[in-house]
Amino acid sequence: MHMSDALLSPSVGTAFWAGSMGAVAYCAKRLRQNMDEKLIPLMGILGAFIFAAQMINFTIPGTGSSGHIGGGMILAILLGPYAGFITIASVLLVQSLFFADGGILALGCNIWNLGVFPAFIAYPYIFKPLVRNRRTPGRITVASVVSVVAALQMGALGVVIETLLSGKTELPFGTFSAMMLPIHLAIGLVEGFITAGLVNYVGNARPEIIESAFNSRPVAYTASIKGLLLTLGLVALITGGVFSWFASTHPDGLEWSLEKVYGKTELPAPERGLIPLLGRIQEKTAILPDYDFRSRSETTEGKTGDRWPAPGTGTSASGIIGSMIVMGMVFLIGFGIRSAKKIRDRKEFKSRV
Amino acid sequence: MSDFDTEFFNIGYLDTLAYKETFVHRLNPGIKLIVTLAFIISVVSFPKYEIKGMLPFFLFPVFIISAGDIPLRVILKKLMVVSPFVLFVGIFNPLLDTRTMYSLYGVEISGGWISFASIVVKFLLTVSSALLLVATTSFPGICFALDRLKVPRIFVVQLLFLYRYIFVLLEEALRIVRARNMRSFGKKGRGIRSFTNIVGVLLVRSIERSERIYQAICSRGFDGRIRLIKDFRLRFTDIVFATVAIAAFIIFRSYDVTEMLGRVFST
Repeated sequence: MHMSDALLSPSVGTAFWAGSMGAVAYCAKRLRQNMDEKLIPLMGILGAFIFAAQMINFTIPGTGSSGHIGGGMILAILLGPYAGFITIASVLLVQSLFFADGGILALGCNIWNLGVFPAFIAYPYIFKPLVRNRRTPGRITVASVVSVVAALQMGALGVVIETLLSGKTELPFGTFSAMMLPIHLAIGLVEGFITAGLVNYVGNARPEIIESAFNSRPVAYTASIKGLLLTLGLVALITGGVFSWFASTHPDGLEWSLEKVYGKTELPAPERGLIPLLGRIQEKTAILPDYDFRSRSETTEGKTGDRWPAPGTGTSASGIIGSMIVMGMVFLIGFGIRSAKKIRDRKEFKSRV
Repeated sequence: MSDFDTEFFNIGYLDTLAYKETFVHRLNPGIKLIVTLAFIISVVSFPKYEIKGMLPFFLFPVFIISAGDIPLRVILKKLMVVSPFVLFVGIFNPLLDTRTMYSLYGVEISGGWISFASIVVKFLLTVSSALLLVATTSFPGICFALDRLKVPRIFVVQLLFLYRYIFVLLEEALRIVRARNMRSFGKKGRGIRSFTNIVGVLLVRSIERSERIYQAICSRGFDGRIRLIKDFRLRFTDIVFATVAIAAFIIFRSYDVTEMLGRVFST
């Protein structure tokens, strides 16, 4: 379910970063307005609780395999949308760093998929209206299951859309969503029942916790949530639209930004320093100019408009040799630093002895 | 059971690695965060069919691993664990994109395999750099960097709480899981019903703990901030490191260093 850096393009990644960070800033502002300091340790602890609960496996009914919970919706229910969203975002941050779930650039997308949808859509527009004021276990169960399923479906669709916008995979939209959505429907049902069970359990053991979660938390600002959703949607649409336009006309984001800064796609060559030196090395060593053998490049000139770099043995040969050299050098440098350290440590040890 | 113990050990292990004293560990956390982000963005910005241009970027994780004294095995293991999703999405490229792109000594390589390999290389680079960031930076250090980068304070402070109590609650969960395993034989007792009950206990205990913590920090004068003793001022080495690293990323990104070297040595 976690989006990965390797499947993202920089424009999609940064757009969702902007959106998610905007949402975090907005929530922080709202929380500051009527600050309940008790909320800060509670947020932290409930975030840590999600990790602990994820470590406890359960058997998925009907399959025999084991699974663990995701926990976004339970945070939204117990903390309200604003504090809940911030906690989900920090859980995802820790997951991306310590468990390598997703990645740092993909964090924006993940916060969006697993945070914005449950906290700002599923909670206020599905869970709340379904429960209303009659908090019977049955109502809570129905509301939890429906809202968790809806949030996960939206999140899964988010993963599909972000991946396709990035254009790193060949999967068509239909096939990809046909694979993602049913799986997440099943996950959502299980997760929904667990969420319901947990909310009901807390409701039995400590009714006042649920009571205060439903009443006193800054939950009922539906108007402001509407405003937030509208703004976030608008921001996403604008950035998405702008970036997808760039993506279609400028397939390479970095090249485009260089073009914007310098007016051309390559960095201007400085007069001195390393870059012209490299350039001179390149000129001198260019036995294969234009990434191809000279004789071949004349015959394949007409192909330059192709989508791919002109296929030719010249490209492959120097590319493969270069790759081997680079990897060899990387290995040697790493090995060198290691052994240099070992020698130094040994010397230090001897001098101490 | 052993799963739980190893998982628990793994998080704790990455955390202990962060408290080593090497050149990389002493760098300013904010600088490391920014350099890592620059690294990831330059790697991800490579086009779909590029492989060799990205190879020089391996220098960065290799440098951090060796200069930071990080065991390579730990990083490789983590990479293995999280690879399925990327491999699953990527493996469709060779199936759907079968146009021949290169032909090497008679073997034809389709564009799909090239783009799949490109995704794998990107995955290795980006995920390892993120792992190495935590392996060489203490989590409070990262939180401090976030604070300096103007991330809202409430986010940073509750993140510090979250991190602090992960270990406490994991120990509690560990005891619960042990107790469950003692009482359930084989796969019995691991259904959803008993799961919700024991996790419910954990949840209520956690909430009660947060109430005690709140009272404790209030009596110690908590004002919504957490102060750190460690000094994180920007030093000259930090600036040099950032400049060199980012300059290297720009050069590697704008020039195909691999290709150039290949030409030098294929004469």
